[in-house]
Formats: sequence, structure tokens, C-alpha cells
Amino acid sequence: MSGRVLVGVKRVIDYAVKIRVKPDHSGVVTDGVKHSMNPFCEIAVEEAVKLKEKKLMKEVVVVSCGPQQSQETIRTALAMGADRGIHVEVSGKDYETLGPLQVSKILAALAKKEDAQLIILGKQAIDDDCNQTGQMTAALLDWPQGTFASEVSLEKDGIKVVREIDGGLETIKISTPAVLTADLRLNTPRYATLPNIMKAKKKKIANVKPADLGVDLTSRLEVLRVDEPPQRQAGMKVETVDDLVSKLKDAGKV
Amino acid sequence: MALRSAVHRLLVLPHRCALVSACRAQGTAAATRHGQSPSSAKVQFDWRDALDLEGQLTEEEVMIRDSFRTYCQEKLMPRILMANRREVFHREIVSEMGDMGVLGPTIKGYGCAGTSYVAYGLIAREVERVDSGYRSVMSVQSSLVMHPINAYGTEEQKQKYLPRLARGEILGCFGLTEPNHGSDPSGMETRAKYNPSSGTYSLTGSKTWITNSPVADIAVVWAKCEDGKVRGFILERGMKGFSTPKIEGKFSLRASATGMILMDEVEVPEENLLPKVTGLGGPFGCLNNARYGIAWGALGAAEFCFHAARQYTLDRIQFGVPLARNQLIQKKMADMLTEITVGLQSCLQLGRLIDEKK
Repeated sequence: MSGRVLVGVKRVIDYAVKIRVKPDHSGVVTDGVKHSMNPFCEIAVEEAVKLKEKKLMKEVVVVSCGPQQSQETIRTALAMGADRGIHVEVSGKDYETLGPLQVSKILAALAKKEDAQLIILGKQAIDDDCNQTGQMTAALLDWPQGTFASEVSLEKDGIKVVREIDGGLETIKISTPAVLTADLRLNTPRYATLPNIMKAKKKKIANVKPADLGVDLTSRLEVLRVDEPPQRQAGMKVETVDDLVSKLKDAGKV
Repeated sequence: MALRSAVHRLLVLPHRCALVSACRAQGTAAATRHGQSPSSAKVQFDWRDALDLEGQLTEEEVMIRDSFRTYCQEKLMPRILMANRREVFHREIVSEMGDMGVLGPTIKGYGCAGTSYVAYGLIAREVERVDSGYRSVMSVQSSLVMHPINAYGTEEQKQKYLPRLARGEILGCFGLTEPNHGSDPSGMETRAKYNPSSGTYSLTGSKTWITNSPVADIAVVWAKCEDGKVRGFILERGMKGFSTPKIEGKFSLRASATGMILMDEVEVPEENLLPKVTGLGGPFGCLNNARYGIAWGALGAAEFCFHAARQYTLDRIQFGVPLARNQLIQKKMADMLTEITVGLQSCLQLGRLIDEKK
């Protein structure tokens, strides 16, 4: 099987940063805050590059939707071994309301345009935790999906995917073309080595506008308010089980 | 890589945890102090990077630094406490650094990355942030072994040694200092006598305080020839008369192995002479190259100490207040921050100048 794999990567606030809510509760503070590639997207890129190294796929194209800074995220993926990048420019108000529905429409359009055999995404982003883009993209393309993948093997008649589900592991076989979303244990992403970072400079990043792909970015969602999780209240110690039951009854929990 | 190791780090490594809490501490302190409105683009003082060194680096240099910083914090930091305590040198780190492509990074070709000197400095700073011994190993391999072979060696020598040194497959060491001649290398007693019949040089003498020598595969040794001029030779492990005893019981740089090079009529083929340099300019050129990386490295170590001290003085409560409340502590922190920031600016300028001369 040889073909093109499309990998979506998202630029998110770095996982190690302490998130602060904006004083007007409209969102979180992003100015001057460290951003990096979504960890699940790193795993997706790694899987795609592995497939190319095994000669099961011919080309890895990495896509990111966002403002100018998304290009840094694409460069990181190129340094990990992707062949070329596509930056879908979305900025300002459009970027604030950009969500899984819009991104999956973009990815579906690009998959058709680039004639991709496989789309690999992270299972979810660590900023919105939506876990929707992969599923929506598959639906829009009418392609099978292998989500929460912890193991992927390309076989003659399709792709075998081991999925992490609540009860344990589920193994399915899907036909290509398909959409996969990467879970934590799929692989361990490589460090970008110096020579690869230098080679990444020469790799191309194409600029595309959502309008060129015929995608409408209007969102059906409106964020009303963003709040921090409630402060943890002090607990209470009880001496006996009866005490516990009566306290719970008082609090109306039982 | 990121999530899994993040959880691992927070649970297992208290000092890395301190770094994460530093972000938290800074965040909450800043929010209460400024009460900023989202519309004002107020520039905050960043104690981590007071003069915006980040803004002076190219995108590539930032990527190199970030990628290597992640490797150092995730792979080197966990080893160092025990390695230093037990005086153990982990040879594997050389191969790992080779895989990352950071050995001999300024060399063009021969499997090396060919980056700028500023990138080399950033690399040294990240390694020394973990440990000076590790940075010492990297400096020796890059500046004191790969650099002389690249600058003064023949094409055959470069093809033979550089790719394997770059991958960390073989480890090198640099033999200049002698037991009786440290500051004054020109007085060296190691002699190289040419044997025309066998086309070899016989090297006799001893070198000491040689980083990597106990486990090195090759050694770049500087010896005085019969014409009184100093020249460089590549010696290989296995040559008869070549031995490298370890110097035990060091109190510092314990995570790197230091030893002697003892040579008793070692037969070195003439192809192993470095032909393109004679005189002390050769070794000095190498030391110059290493010294540049060490300047950056020292600041990496200083930064780690500064960050650790800052966090401790914020956490430690005595007499009812954090230590950081005391002005003397604040003055020391301010001085540290100033010295480090100014030092980094000098290093950056130096690196840019070196890159331009090339």
C-alpha cells in the first residue's frame, strides 16, 4: 500500500503552563503564554512518519489551521519527518470560534484535494478536550474511523486497529481510505534531531485560505462564560459510619 | 512523549516539580499584582529572559534549543543525581546525543548537522543546565576531538573518524596537559620519534586530567617531534603501549570519567598524524573552540541554580515569612539575574561574530 497520509496538528497552550482565566471570563489568557504542539498530535505525526519509514506510505503531509504562529507547529512536525506542510490561515474572530466542525470540514476538503489514503489525528486537543474532529472528518468523507488507536497495522485488505475502550482493548478491521485518531500508548514521539531540524527549513509550507476550500467557518456555538474550577473546600472528619450517613442526609446527598 | 513524561516527572522528580510550581507561582503573583485588562498589551518583566534573548534567536535556533532542552530534562536529568553520587559515567549518553545530532554540530558534512555557533552555544547551555560533567563530555567530543580532525586532518581521517564520532559510536579524548606541564604546555615532555623504516611515529610520555580517556576509543594526542615542533596524532585503543588509567575519587564532575594517557613507545602509523597544523596553535585552536561552548554552558548551570534558589526561597518559610521576603535574598537574586542576563547577551554576540567571520 503506498499513498499519502494527512496529519492534523493543533497549536495549543503548552501542557506545563498554569492556565489563567481572563478577568472578563470570556476565555483563557493566551498572550505571551508558551504554546506547543498538542501532545496527541505529536503521537499522530510520529505514527505517520513511522509508516513512511516502513515504506507503507509514500508522503506525510501535515496540516494546521490557525494564525501565523501555527507555522511553528508545522515546522516542528516537519522536523520530526513530515514531508511538507499546509497552513490553513484562520485568524482573529474566526480563530476564536474555530472548532471541530470547521476543522473537520477543512480536513475533509484537503483530503479530497490532496488525494489522501489516510488521515491521522490526535484523539483530542488538551485545550478543549472535544474528541470530535476525527469522528466528524470521517463522517463528512464517509470513511471508516479507527479512534483511540493504541496499535495500528496496515494489512493487504485494510487496517487493523486496536482501540482503547472503557472495558479494555477492542480490535477492529477497517478498509481504506480511513481516519485514525491517536491515543496515548500508540507510540513515543521522537525528539527532533538537529539534522532534521535543519532539513525542515527547506521543506515547503503551502498557504491556503478556508474560502479556497469552499469551507464556511461560521460557528453554531457561542461561549457564554469561562470559569476556573471551584476551589477545593475543606473536608470534614467523622468518627463513625452512622455519623457519615447522618451528615450525608443533612447535606441532601442521600 | 509529553503527557506521559509529564505525569512521570510530577510524581517522581521533586525538583522538576519545582519548575512546574514556579510557573504556577509566577502566574498567580502576576495576576494579583497587575490586575491587567485584556486589551492593554502591557509588557511584563520576564525573570526567565529579562532581555528577550528568545527574540534574538532564529526560528531554527529556537527549535534546536527546545528540542534539545526537552531531551536533557527528560533523559539526562533523571540520571544525574545517582551518577554524580556514585561517580558513574553513563557512556550511553554519548550515543544518545549522537542520535540527536548534537555532537560536532558546527561541522559541515560527514554526518554532522552544520549549524551555527550560536546553536552550539545553546546546546552546551542546555546540557550544562543538567550537569557540567555531561557538558564536558560533549565539549571534548565536539570541540577537542572532532574539531581538530576536521580542521587539521586529511580527507581520509575525516571520512574514517568523523561520522562515527558524530553518531557517538566512538568516543574520543584530547591529550595535551601533562603531570608536569599544565598551564605551560610548551614544556611538554611527550616525544614523537619518526621511524622511516616502518613509516610510524613512536610516542612516549604521559598526559593527565584527560576527560573521557578511561573509556575513549581514540585519543588526539599532542607531542613534540624531533624538530622541536608540537604536532597532533590520532591514537587508537588497542595500540600496544597505550593505556588509560582512571583518576578515582574526584569531588567534582563526578558524572564524567577522567584519567591519564600513558604512552610507552606507541607505534602510530604516519597516516594518523594531523598534517595541517604545527605548533601550539593547533591545540589552542581546539581549546578556543571549546571555551566558547563552555561560556554558554556556565550560564546554563547558573540559570538552573538561580531558578532552584528562587523557588526554594519562595517556598521555605522561616519566622513566619518566605525567605524571599528578606531584602538580602532579593538583592542576591537580582544580582544573579543581572549577571546571567548580561552574560547571555555577551555569549550571543560572541556567537554571532564567530558565525559572521565564517
